[in-house]
Amino acid sequence: MAGKVKWVTDIEKSVLINNFEKRGWIQVAENEDWNFYWMSVQTIRNVFSVETGYRLSDDQIVNHFPNHYELTRKDLMVKNIKRYRKELEKEGSPLAEKDENGKYIYLDFVPVTFMLPADYNLFVEEFRKNPSSTWIMKPCGKAQGKGIFLINKLSQIKKWSRDSKTSSFVSQSSKEAYVISLYINNPLLIGGKKFDLRLYVLVSTYRPLRCYMYKLGFCRFCTVKYTPSTSELDNMFVHLTNVAIQKHGDDYNHIHGGKWTVSNLRLYLESTRGKEVTNKLFDEIHWIIVQSLKAVAPVMNNDKHCFECYGYDIIIDDKLKPWLIEVNASPSLTSSTANDRILKYNLINDTLNIAVPNGEIPDCKWNKSPPKEVLGNYEVLYDEEMAQSDGPDRDMRSRSGQSTGIKGNRARDSGKPVLTTWK
Amino acid sequence: MVDPESGLSLTIARIVQRLQGSSLHSQLERQARVSLHKPEIKLESLKEDIKDFLKTSGWEKKLQNAVYSELNVFPSPCHPAAPPEHMKEPLAYMRKAQRPISEQKELLNKWNEMGTDEPDLSLFRPVYAPKDFLEVLMNLRNPNYENGEQPSFRNHLGLIQVPLKVKDIPELKEDFSELGLNIGQLGIDDSAQVPPEFFENEHVRVGQKVLAEQDSAAAQQYVRQGCPTALRADLWALILNISNQPEDILYYEQLKSNVIQHDLLVDSLIYKDVKLTASNDDYYFVFEDYLYQVLLCFSRDTSVLEHFTYSSATPPKSYIRGKLGIEECAVFYPPNGVIPFHGFSMYVAPLCFLYHEPSRLYQIFREMYVRFFFRLHSISSHPSGIVSLCLLFETLLQTHLPQLFYHLREIGAQPLRISFKWMVRAFSGYLATDQLLLLWDRILGYNSLEILAVLAAAVFAFRAVNLMEVTSLAAAEAVLADLSTLKVMPLLQIFLFATVT
Repeated sequence: MAGKVKWVTDIEKSVLINNFEKRGWIQVAENEDWNFYWMSVQTIRNVFSVETGYRLSDDQIVNHFPNHYELTRKDLMVKNIKRYRKELEKEGSPLAEKDENGKYIYLDFVPVTFMLPADYNLFVEEFRKNPSSTWIMKPCGKAQGKGIFLINKLSQIKKWSRDSKTSSFVSQSSKEAYVISLYINNPLLIGGKKFDLRLYVLVSTYRPLRCYMYKLGFCRFCTVKYTPSTSELDNMFVHLTNVAIQKHGDDYNHIHGGKWTVSNLRLYLESTRGKEVTNKLFDEIHWIIVQSLKAVAPVMNNDKHCFECYGYDIIIDDKLKPWLIEVNASPSLTSSTANDRILKYNLINDTLNIAVPNGEIPDCKWNKSPPKEVLGNYEVLYDEEMAQSDGPDRDMRSRSGQSTGIKGNRARDSGKPVLTTWK
Repeated sequence: MVDPESGLSLTIARIVQRLQGSSLHSQLERQARVSLHKPEIKLESLKEDIKDFLKTSGWEKKLQNAVYSELNVFPSPCHPAAPPEHMKEPLAYMRKAQRPISEQKELLNKWNEMGTDEPDLSLFRPVYAPKDFLEVLMNLRNPNYENGEQPSFRNHLGLIQVPLKVKDIPELKEDFSELGLNIGQLGIDDSAQVPPEFFENEHVRVGQKVLAEQDSAAAQQYVRQGCPTALRADLWALILNISNQPEDILYYEQLKSNVIQHDLLVDSLIYKDVKLTASNDDYYFVFEDYLYQVLLCFSRDTSVLEHFTYSSATPPKSYIRGKLGIEECAVFYPPNGVIPFHGFSMYVAPLCFLYHEPSRLYQIFREMYVRFFFRLHSISSHPSGIVSLCLLFETLLQTHLPQLFYHLREIGAQPLRISFKWMVRAFSGYLATDQLLLLWDRILGYNSLEILAVLAAAVFAFRAVNLMEVTSLAAAEAVLADLSTLKVMPLLQIFLFATVT
């Protein structure tokens, strides 16, 4: 196939453009013939909408799935996971096993969440069981920590109760909808500060599920020491790890940007907590990512022109249990520090190497099975086809750590049924 | 020359004197008394039975570890007639080279001028940065040493001009024999390409056994091949003989309350140092608060004064206002006698990756300081002292990379000018943390800082090709500016065991 890849983007970020240019690709406009379009989520909506949409041809690739919001909107993600769990329960799968308190043993990785105003009454019931608990309110359609606040009294969300009483069938505009989740008020603290994990996951196809995890994720630290004290519930510098918020704090540092590599986290946890619990934690993180993708796989429009690189946000509590907070369809490509820029540049580079093989004009009919050499800093997280054909012996899970590369098979000792889980 | 017999009995007497009255002593007494109730203790064979009991219950091991610790820390006694200064520093000209009292007084006066309410940190220049210290070391001379009129190629061409004895590579190979090519190492033989069955698994097993036995000496031998990350915290504590007893925690809490009750002017120096160094570091910024805690307590800890009996340095004194020179009105200032310098907090920072309980972190740091780190910023003839390390580095380079050495000297880039800061900080802040910890494993294992000089030379050897092409000091600095990707153990191994000499 002769000719250079023609690219378009509506996201003016240097880490993207530099990567296109270094491959010798040619920039074109949206209305011209293009092969590769790195688009914002608004644009993907237009491309696949009934009114303004158009068919993509075989040599065109885009960086979002049409209905990615099934995973990336906070309310839909929870809805899909709840549905997925119920389905597994119905078919008697061992994955849906519950403990004596009625909690899922293997699938309890999202904090208790309700939609507001729709589930307001259900929420109140739950709230009253633990009136001293803290809850976090998040607008469904926003990002970067905008509009988030914490509550510990029902009076603080009166507004949503009033609305639910008056309008049960009038559909709220999706921008007004909120989710309310049980706040994890016992996060694992390092140096006294709260942090979360940002991990990048590339999905090339949902059916069969094929996903890759970027080895170089990072931790985002708050600049202020953590306290669960009610007097500080309004202090976003204590509670919200989003860089967009923290960078306005007095103590924000532009050299390291409050970020730690995942390998630092691993070294710290291995040294202070031991190797077994650290391995278990990282195994669980990989597990919950794969489960979240499996949960939405049935409802995803598995358009062959699409791939997607998600930004997963995970919080670890002080019992070393990971919680899935949310998934971002457009993880920030802004660089807050020099290291950040290098990381994101390499992220895009490795992503393009997988999504657009050999840097040549794509053919969306290809089998989406890149050879191992092009993975770069990605590791195979889950490959449904391989899992089904190779049998239970193959260890698919990646291990991010100080030394790169997968160190061979490791028996899973958490007691989960190995045979069925990874198929 | 002390004959071995009386030398040994001197040592024993000193150790007994030091352990008498220690908390270990009272614990042993208590245990012995408690054991009297046990059926296996018989009156006829009381002494033997109690000894057996202490052995099986692990107390003998604890005593062994304490004795071993004393042997590690304190130098062997010199002639019984030698004055105490000789234990601090045997060479007269080194003793004379200590920071003059007048300079210390000048520093104190400067502090006294500053207010304490809201210290404007811009007014506090760091007390000294490594560069200033290097200037002092460069000017050290032994007045009794005459090395002839004509400088020849045999002469030392580096910056350090004192004739201390340093080891050559054959001697280093012997001393660091566990780093040899045919011996398994963490930092080399645990990489992703090597199946763990070859070395790593067995090494971890041995490490767990060493910890179960609670034997300091065995631990020290073991860590020469590196510590598994999960075992490192406990192994270092075992080697340093830190047991975290209730009284230790209490002592730390006491120090903490001192911090809250009284400000010290030296606190401002600590704040400034942490803000300038660790707070900007990709690895250590997370632990900023821990660093303040540890260092503020450290400066108030008078037990640190003990190390001055074997350190060449002398703690500065402060006098009550108006009573300058009157000894009864003198206190050590700061209370621990150690004035922090630029980069001091970097001694603590890596330890935060291992210990998350502040009192344990504190004790480990204090012990590391009084065993090792103090030698890096005081002037002495000790083989692990910074002067010897500098000389060792320069000698290794001049002997084994003469072309590189001459070239750098020609372009005005004396190698020590670049490597000095690495050694003073024990490479903290220059290496990636996991590599640094592997290096510090060996410092503990060999009870010596010489490995810092060897690593510095190995780094130059590694980047020799690029360094041969530079034409200025600035360019040489640039080639060696970023050590964060270096793998320490292969560098050391190749330099010591695989370089053609």
